[in-house]
Amino acid sequence: MSLIAIENVVAGYGGAPILNGVNIAIEQSDIGVIVGPNGAGKSTTLKAVFGLLKVSAGSIRFSGEEITNSLPDRLVPMGLSYVPQEKNVFTSLTVEENLEMGAFTRKDDFASTMNWVYDMFPVLREKRRQPAGELSGGQRQMVAMGRALMSQPRLLMLDEPSAGLSPRYVLEIFEQIVKVNKAGVAILMVEQNARQALALASKGFVLAGGQNRFTGTGAELLADPEVAKSFLGGESAA
Amino acid sequence: MMQRSALLFAGLFLLFVAVGWVLGAANITLLLVQSFAYALIALGLNIQWGYGGLFNFGIMGFLMLGGFAVTFISYPINAAFWDSEGPLLLARALAAFAAGTLLVFGASRAHHLGIRGGWKTALTVVAWSVAYIVYRSQIDPAVAYIEGGAGWIGGLGLHPVLGWAFGGVLAAGVAYIVGRICLGLRTDYLAIATIGISEIIRALLKNMDWLTRGTLTVSPISWPTPLPQELQAQGIGIADSFVYARLGFLAVVIVVLVGLFFLVERAYGGPWGRMMRAIRDNHIAAASMGKDVTARQLEIFILGSVMMGIGGAILISFGQIYDPSSYQPISHTFLIWVMVIVGGAGNNWGAVFGALLIYLTWMISDPIAQALFTTISSWTSDAGWGPIPEIQSRASQMRVLVLGLVITVALRFAPRGLIPEVVKREA
Amino acid sequence: MNELIFFFNTVVISGLVLGSIYALGAIGITLIFGILRFAHFAHGDMMTMGGFISFLLAAAVTAAGITAPVATGFVVLPVAMVIAAVLALGIDKGFYAPLRARGARPVTLLIASIGVTLIIQGLIRLFFGSGSYTFFETEAKRLFRLEVPLPDVTRTINFTEPQLLMVVSTALVVVALHLFLTRSRLGKAMRAMSDNADLAQVSGINTKLVVRVTWIIAGSLACMAGTMLALDVSLKPDLAFNIVLPIFAAAIVGGLGQSYGAIAGGFLIGFAETLAIFNWSILLRPMRDALPFDLPNNLAVVPTEYKLTVAFVILVIVLLWRPTGIFRGAST
Repeated sequence: MSLIAIENVVAGYGGAPILNGVNIAIEQSDIGVIVGPNGAGKSTTLKAVFGLLKVSAGSIRFSGEEITNSLPDRLVPMGLSYVPQEKNVFTSLTVEENLEMGAFTRKDDFASTMNWVYDMFPVLREKRRQPAGELSGGQRQMVAMGRALMSQPRLLMLDEPSAGLSPRYVLEIFEQIVKVNKAGVAILMVEQNARQALALASKGFVLAGGQNRFTGTGAELLADPEVAKSFLGGESAA
Repeated sequence: MMQRSALLFAGLFLLFVAVGWVLGAANITLLLVQSFAYALIALGLNIQWGYGGLFNFGIMGFLMLGGFAVTFISYPINAAFWDSEGPLLLARALAAFAAGTLLVFGASRAHHLGIRGGWKTALTVVAWSVAYIVYRSQIDPAVAYIEGGAGWIGGLGLHPVLGWAFGGVLAAGVAYIVGRICLGLRTDYLAIATIGISEIIRALLKNMDWLTRGTLTVSPISWPTPLPQELQAQGIGIADSFVYARLGFLAVVIVVLVGLFFLVERAYGGPWGRMMRAIRDNHIAAASMGKDVTARQLEIFILGSVMMGIGGAILISFGQIYDPSSYQPISHTFLIWVMVIVGGAGNNWGAVFGALLIYLTWMISDPIAQALFTTISSWTSDAGWGPIPEIQSRASQMRVLVLGLVITVALRFAPRGLIPEVVKREA
Repeated sequence: MNELIFFFNTVVISGLVLGSIYALGAIGITLIFGILRFAHFAHGDMMTMGGFISFLLAAAVTAAGITAPVATGFVVLPVAMVIAAVLALGIDKGFYAPLRARGARPVTLLIASIGVTLIIQGLIRLFFGSGSYTFFETEAKRLFRLEVPLPDVTRTINFTEPQLLMVVSTALVVVALHLFLTRSRLGKAMRAMSDNADLAQVSGINTKLVVRVTWIIAGSLACMAGTMLALDVSLKPDLAFNIVLPIFAAAIVGGLGQSYGAIAGGFLIGFAETLAIFNWSILLRPMRDALPFDLPNNLAVVPTEYKLTVAFVILVIVLLWRPTGIFRGAST
C-alpha cells in the first residue's frame, strides 16, 4: 500500500478539466518529483490532493484511507502538509508565529519540533521575532517549509520550492528537502527546475496535458532521450 | 428572456390597476408619477453600478441638488432680495470663493515653481486656510444680512423643465468634483465617500437658510403642466381635476424618461457600452490594454448623477415643496438600491421595472401595515391588553422592515435581479 | 485657566469618550473586513441593537427592585454583550454565511448587510417607536467634579460616571484584545487568517471557528459601544446611521484589518470632532486685548451641525495621502 495513491484523477476549476486521469503513487521514503511543461497540471495535482479544487473522478488515498475532496483541516492532522508556490507565508506575523500556525492542529507540546526546524534553518532562529514579510525570498521559502513541517507531516507537498530563488538558495532548499526526507518525511514536489529536481528524485513523473507521459526514477528519466528531447530541452543529462 | 420581461411588466401593470382600484384614481396617478421619477433615478444608478461597477451611496445628495436646482430656477423672484444689497454681498462672497479656489489650485501646481514635497504640502495647507478664512469673512456677513432682511434669495421664476435641466447640470458638476477625488478608490471606500458627500450636501442645504430657507421650506413650486387648481378654475370637478392634472404631469415625465432611456440603450449597445462593461468586469485587464479606466468611470459617474439630478428635480416639482430636512437615506438612497438590485443591475428595463415595483410596494406597505396593526390592536383591546400605541408611526416603520426583507430575499433567490443583465455571447 | 479647564472638559474628556465609542465600533468593522473581506454596513445597527438590549435588561433589573452601586446600564452590560454576541452569530448564520457558501462577491455581502441594517432598524422602530430613551429615567446620572488646586480657578473638571466607566472599560478591552491577538493561539490564528486566508486554511487552521470568534468579538464590542453611547447621550434608533460614517472612517483611516489602527483611528476622529466644533474664541478670550483683530463670538472650525463632515474630511485626507490607511491595511 503506497503512502499516497492518486488514481485516474479528473479535476478542474469548474469548466474543462485540467487533470485528465493522473496516476501518481509514492512511498514513505520517496522523494517524488512532478515535472512537465506549463499548463500540464502539475500544481493542479497537488491542489487536488489538498482539496483546493473539485475532483470529479478517480480517487486519492492516503495510507489506504480515502481522502478525495477532503478539506485541509482534516488532512493536516492526518499527516499531509502543503506549501503553495506563492503567498506561502503570513507576512505580517513573525517567523516564530508563522511556525506556530503550522502547529495549529497539534494538541501536544511542539517546542521540540520548532527546535528541529530552527536547527535545520539556523537563520530563522536568528530572525524569529521579525515579521516574515521582511525576509528575503530564500528565507521566506524556509519559513514556508518550516511552517509546513511543524505539523509533523508524513507527506510534505511542495509547489515549485525553487521558484524565483537565486542559485545559492536553490541548492540550499534542495539540500534541506533531502535532509527532511532522510528524517522520515515523504516528499512530493512540483518543479520547473526539472534537471536539478529529478537528480534527487526517487520517483519522477512527467505530466503533460493533464496526463502522465513518463514515469520512473529520477535517474531513469534524466537518462531517457525521449524525455530529454520533449521536456528537458535537448540532450539527455546522463 | 423577452417573454419573461413582458410577463413581468404585464403583471406589474395588473398590480397597479388593482391598487388603483382600491386606492382610487387620484392616488394611483400620484404613485405613478412618483414611480416614474424614481425610474429615472434608478436608471441613473443602473448606469453607475450596473455598467460601471461604481458604488454610489450618496444618491440622496444628488436628489437634494436636483430639488434645489428646480426650486431656485422655477420659484418666483423674491423682489425684496434683488432690491437690497444682498446680490452685491453675495457677488463679493462668490468672488472670494473663486479667488480662494484659484489660490488652492495654484498651490497644488506649486511644483512647477520648484516647490516640492513638504514645502508644497505646507503651502497647500496655508492656501486652504487662507481661502477658507477669506471666504468666511465675506459669506458670513452676507448671510446674516440676507437672513435678517429679505429672508432668502428666492428663485428666478423660470420654467420648471429648465429647472429639471439645471438639476442635471448641478449634479454633473458635483459628480465631477466627487469623482475626481474619489474614483481612484476601491468600491467599498467609494460607498463611504459618497455617503459622506451626501451628508455634507444635506448639512449645507439644510442650514443655508439664505439659499433654501432651510427648515422653513419653500412652496409652492410650479408645474410644467396645468395644476389641479387651474383645471378646477376651468370648470372641471375637483376629483377629476387631480386625476387629469397628474396625468398631464405624468405625460411629461414619461417623455423625459423615454428620451433618456433611448439614449442610454443606444450607448449601451455600442462600442462605448462594451468598453464600459469590459472595464467593470476586469478593470486591471482593461487598464493594461491602455484604456483610461478612471476617465471612463468619471464619465459614467457623471452621466448617472445627471439622471439622478433630473429625477430629484422632477420629484420636487411634483410635490411642490422643497424641504431639505425631509430627505432620508432610507427613502432616497437605500430604496433606489433595492430597486436596481431587485429589478436587475445592468439591465435598463430591469431598473425601470424594479423602480415601479419597489416604489409601489414601499408606498402600500404603510397603509397595509396600518390596517394590520389596527386589526391586531382591536384584538389586543378585546383581550384586555389595551390598544397598540402610536400605530401611525410604527406602521410607517414597517416599510423599512419590508425593504430589508425584500433585499434579503432577492439576494438569496434572484441575486442578479428579476430582469437580469443580458450578456451577449460573441458568435 | 478657567478657560483651559473648559477646554479640557469639552474637548479632552468628550474626545476620549467619543474616541472610545468610535474605537470599539471600528474594531468590529476592521476585524470583519480582515477576516471576512466585506464592509459590514449593519454594524451601526448592531450598536443600536446592543444599546436596546442593555436598555431592556436594565429596565427588567430595575423593575425587579435590584439596585446597583453603579449605573444599572453598566451592570447589565456583560450579559447584554453575551446576548449581542449570540445574535451576531445568528445574523451571520442566517444572512451572510449562505451567501459566502455560494461564493458571493464582497459587494453582494455589503448589499446583504444593508438588508440586515434595514431589518434591524425596522424591528427596533416597530417595537420602540422612533423616540429617544434614556437609561436615567429612574436613577440619577452621577456627576463627578474635581477641584483644581490652583488659585483663581472657579471651574471644576467635570465628568459623569458613565464616561469614567466607559474610558476605563475601553482601556481594559484594548489591553485584553492585544493580549488575545498576540498571546493566544486563536488570536494569532485570527491575525493569520486576516493576513492570508488561503494559507490559513492550508495550514489546517479551523477557519469556521475563527469566523465565529470574529462575530462574537464584533457583536459584543458593538453592544458595548452602543450602550456606552446611550448612557452618555440617549438611546435612539437613529444612533445607527449617524455612527456608520465615523466608525467606517476610523477603521479605514487606521488601515482595514489592523485592529490597532482602528483604535487609533477611532480616537483620531473622536478628538478631531471635538476639536473642530470647539469654540476657540473662548480660549482666546483672555488674550483678547493682545490680539490684532476683533475676536468674533464664535470661532469654531466647523459649526456643530456639520459634525459628520469632520470624519469624512479626515477620511478623504488620509486616503489621498496614504490609500491603505495609517497602519497600511489591506487594499484588496
